Amino acid sequence: MRSDTFGITVENISVTYSNAHLALYNASCYVQPGTITGLVGPNGGGKSTLFKTIMGFVNPNQGRVHIDGLSVKMAQKRQLMSYVPQSDDVDWNFPVSVADVVMMGRYGYMNMLRIPGREDRRQVAESLERVGMADFRQRQIGELSGGQKKRAFLARAMAQNSRVILLDEPFTGVDVKTEKRIVNLLLQLRDEGHTILVSTHDLASISTFCDRTILLNRTVLAEGTTADTFTEDNLSMTFGGLPLSSLPQVFSNPQRHYE
Amino acid sequence: MWQWLIEPLQAGFMVKAIWVSAFVGVVCAVLSCYITLKGWSLMGDAVSHAVVPGVVVAYALGLPFALGAFVFGFGATVIIGYVKSQTRLKEDAIIGVIFTGFFAFGLVLATKIPSNVDLFHILFGNVLGISQSDIIQTLIAGSATLAIILFRRKDLLLFCFDPNHAKAIGLNTQLMYYTLLSVLALTIVTALQTAGIVLVVAMLVTPGSTAYLLTDRFDHMLMISVATSVISCVLGTYFSYHLDVSTGGSIVVLMTIIFALAMVFAPKYGILGQKLTRQIPLEQ
Repeated sequence: MRSDTFGITVENISVTYSNAHLALYNASCYVQPGTITGLVGPNGGGKSTLFKTIMGFVNPNQGRVHIDGLSVKMAQKRQLMSYVPQSDDVDWNFPVSVADVVMMGRYGYMNMLRIPGREDRRQVAESLERVGMADFRQRQIGELSGGQKKRAFLARAMAQNSRVILLDEPFTGVDVKTEKRIVNLLLQLRDEGHTILVSTHDLASISTFCDRTILLNRTVLAEGTTADTFTEDNLSMTFGGLPLSSLPQVFSNPQRHYE
Repeated sequence: MWQWLIEPLQAGFMVKAIWVSAFVGVVCAVLSCYITLKGWSLMGDAVSHAVVPGVVVAYALGLPFALGAFVFGFGATVIIGYVKSQTRLKEDAIIGVIFTGFFAFGLVLATKIPSNVDLFHILFGNVLGISQSDIIQTLIAGSATLAIILFRRKDLLLFCFDPNHAKAIGLNTQLMYYTLLSVLALTIVTALQTAGIVLVVAMLVTPGSTAYLLTDRFDHMLMISVATSVISCVLGTYFSYHLDVSTGGSIVVLMTIIFALAMVFAPKYGILGQKLTRQIPLEQ
């Protein structure tokens, strides 16, 4: 295993939102370095919350996340982590071009004024080339198809050169061809030593490219290699629901960050 | 026409007023691009109303009005943020409660504390009668705003577009949130003498909205916003002089007319433009 791969450790995380909605309870898991790990569970099962907690967007009521011993904050300062958002979370009318978005991946390497240097431009051009979006670099982001939008944001993560990449529902609203293309890119990135965590409720694709799987419904129900974990029994347990009434409630508010 | 432009310049106060409104126009236009994109128009309205008690207290204590206005304007936004994090209320309700509370408190103070504060001037501006010290305060607040935005423009834009990514690359989004809020308060202080608190929100929203309808590129948006804003501010001041009408009022009316024109005629996002592009596939 390469020395510059990083794993994600999630220790006993609980998150309750300020409307008293219990999103995650005692969730613990480990995302192994240099793998593609699928995060699977029903809608409302806490996938996005777990992502937001791993990225530090939401502070948990209890538990902690670390990246091979580094706090999330430290890992982010070192440009180790990137996040490819769900399409619904992006303002597609914003007046920025594809190249602008990918360049945002480089801000962490630039000085205070964020003036791109030669290396920044090279990385942006290379990432756009790799996702096949070089011809669309000047397009306003709203003018792209669903698959192109995903690739533009994946290019941003690649330009950032982060070692850990989280993708939130990357296959929603894309056709089979684009899905294949994204999967191929993810496989390449894994082979280059990136650690990739993908949340999805598209069960059909999991076994085709995920090395490992984490099953989540309010808490981590199972984790391991996809072959061991992605079983009918486990899936019916995950999607069948949990007796939530048996869980003790967590009352204090997590500090939500201003957006 | 020439006479129309030249004659007001014989009066010293008009020269001052035109320069001040042009400067205010630039400051507001630049910030309005960020406010429009961030969706903070209501926040702008809130801050502008919340400065009233600050202005009254500052005058009563003999302090610069800008200081009092900034403290109360920024303070209101901090309280809004705090209440939001502590209750289940939606943000617009919280903003509504806090800013009207501040504004009402300002009214009570203004009618009780004996001072030479003219409530009408706070509410609707008085650029034609602006004093030297007010000009200096306007210049300081405006220059500070422009300097902060210029220095942090890319980070602020990223913060408006994708705060999660800003956080993911290790930027301090909390700091950016408060930077943008303090810049907003500073801009309102800048525009207070020109437009007054009731109309200042128009100067903070309209130029950016007009520009947003006309372009897909942020740097163009900035330029268009500044251009429409400065034209409205200068011409508005002229109209105010010639027709003897409210300065803030005529500036905002002009801005609104330009916005309406953009809304109808903008090539891509205008009402006509969208109709035409929709028809093309049918005609082929």
